[in-house]
Amino acid sequence: MSAIEQATAYEAVIGLEVHVELSTATKMFCGCAIDFGGEPNSRTCPVCLGQPGSLPVPNATAIEFAIRLGLALDCEVIDSSQFHRKNYFYPDMPKNYQISQYDVAICERGHLELEVDGEARRIGIHRVHMEEDTGKTLHVGTSGRIHGADYSLVDYNRAGIPLLEVVSEPDLRSAAEAQAYLSELRAIVLTLGISDAKLEEGSMRCDANVSLRPRGATAYGTRVEVKNLNSVRSLGRAVAYEIGRQTGVLDDGVEVVQETRHWDEDAGRTSTLRAKEEVFDYRYFPDPDLVAVEPAADWVARLGKELPELPSATRARLRSAGLAAHQAASLVSTGLAPVFEDAVAAGAPADDAVKWLTNEVLGWSNEQGVESGAVALSGADLAALVAMVSDGTLSTKLARQVLDGVLAGEGTPAVVARDRGLEQVSDASELERMVDEAIAAQPAAADRVRSGNHKAIGALVGAVMKASRGQANPALVNELLRDRLISGA
Amino acid sequence: MSLTIDDVRHVANLARLALDADQLERLRDQLGRILEYAEQVSEVATDDVPPTSHPYPLRNVWRADEPRPSLDPDAARATGPAIEDGRFRVPRIIEEDA
Ligand SMILES: [Zn+2]
Repeated sequence: MSAIEQATAYEAVIGLEVHVELSTATKMFCGCAIDFGGEPNSRTCPVCLGQPGSLPVPNATAIEFAIRLGLALDCEVIDSSQFHRKNYFYPDMPKNYQISQYDVAICERGHLELEVDGEARRIGIHRVHMEEDTGKTLHVGTSGRIHGADYSLVDYNRAGIPLLEVVSEPDLRSAAEAQAYLSELRAIVLTLGISDAKLEEGSMRCDANVSLRPRGATAYGTRVEVKNLNSVRSLGRAVAYEIGRQTGVLDDGVEVVQETRHWDEDAGRTSTLRAKEEVFDYRYFPDPDLVAVEPAADWVARLGKELPELPSATRARLRSAGLAAHQAASLVSTGLAPVFEDAVAAGAPADDAVKWLTNEVLGWSNEQGVESGAVALSGADLAALVAMVSDGTLSTKLARQVLDGVLAGEGTPAVVARDRGLEQVSDASELERMVDEAIAAQPAAADRVRSGNHKAIGALVGAVMKASRGQANPALVNELLRDRLISGA
Repeated sequence: MSLTIDDVRHVANLARLALDADQLERLRDQLGRILEYAEQVSEVATDDVPPTSHPYPLRNVWRADEPRPSLDPDAARATGPAIEDGRFRVPRIIEEDA
């Protein structure tokens, strides 16, 4: 917690609601395929269009994914839960209701362990429940937003895609903790392989409930729900903004209004979206078309045993292999841990491998807008690159260019170095020729070196490197220049 | 259980119905009688009878995650009254001054 946050009279209480769009082949309650793009309303059927007489049937894989996420979050898998109808008037669902879970969710009472600024934190998971996604609405009018639109257009291709909603307990206390929670949850979802979990593209969505209370108080203050958080960074900024705004309201002796606010990423502020609707307005009732979900205990036990290694365990393993906490965290959160481990197994020193990954590979993926976990780099490629640097075949500078080529799919480091003509020139006769040319071209610099100003050698090394377009081996060039210009060298 | 006029107004609002005072009063009476009728169940439902939402003791009726053909897009769209750019056209959702 920062000094500024400690200095205020209020403690922030934050809970997150995170929606995860599942990467099943079909929708939650019908056999319509899940896909991207395509013609609007080309993936609909009587079930997801809510036609009379149609019967929804749950997707077994979506239920399995829900249980696996619940188990990864140390939740209890509930013996018997059911689906409810959440009724509302909004055309994003053609049925006028969304199928969700209400009083009992498939998984409840779990937790997530975080480490924030070196401090261990256990964040409660209230529940993980199943529901279906809504359609996409396009608001037509000059504003482009729902307010002031002339009319709206709806595409139901997304309506009915399985969603999990993960509701945390209000255990988060700062913007940094909220960010750490969202990153960790995302890393778990990616490790389980149940969603592509892209915040920017909406396959993972986050709403934050933020309230303040006097430090030391146990009762909660009035909470505000913040929507439209499209990245971990947005979440941090929005929560920090909201803490500041509510602090100002309370300092003025005014009460915080319970409402839903919209985060404007460009303006860096939240604004009122709507007054909080009371929960019973949705008139939840059990969906008579859908029967109870009662997962068999032995199935749940097997799913638990088959869970992959979770990010916290991977980080612990990487740290015991000698990586610093921030290095282990970075490799896991970016999905690069497997590349690191393969590279080390292929003989790369851990230090070199982590440096290349966290500096160069991450830099490249940010620049190119490529998901870091999806970069085309094998551990063997990275190990080969590191070896070419250590044996002098490539300078670090040239190795970066080779890496660019490898990441661009041009082949292995050896192939890229050869095809791009990037191998370092270590051939003595060729280097001697270039050194002699540099001395002839800069006689004054050469004289300064001869008369004892050894620093002047830098200009000559630079000239050779330039002439060789960076491919000369700088250590050898230095050695050759010293041989020629410094007596007794 | 008797309904208040506010209860009826609330339900009417949820159903997007604009009712005048006479209608509110008349519906309070009618809805109250429907609820009384349903309440007869509580005369036989005692604490040892669990609440039931389905008449059959079915559970775990699921389907395999296998795609089935969707509707032809034009057939799907034909179920709506107005189409624009392949999408269902719906009236303005929120009034200007809502
Ligand atoms: Zn469908």
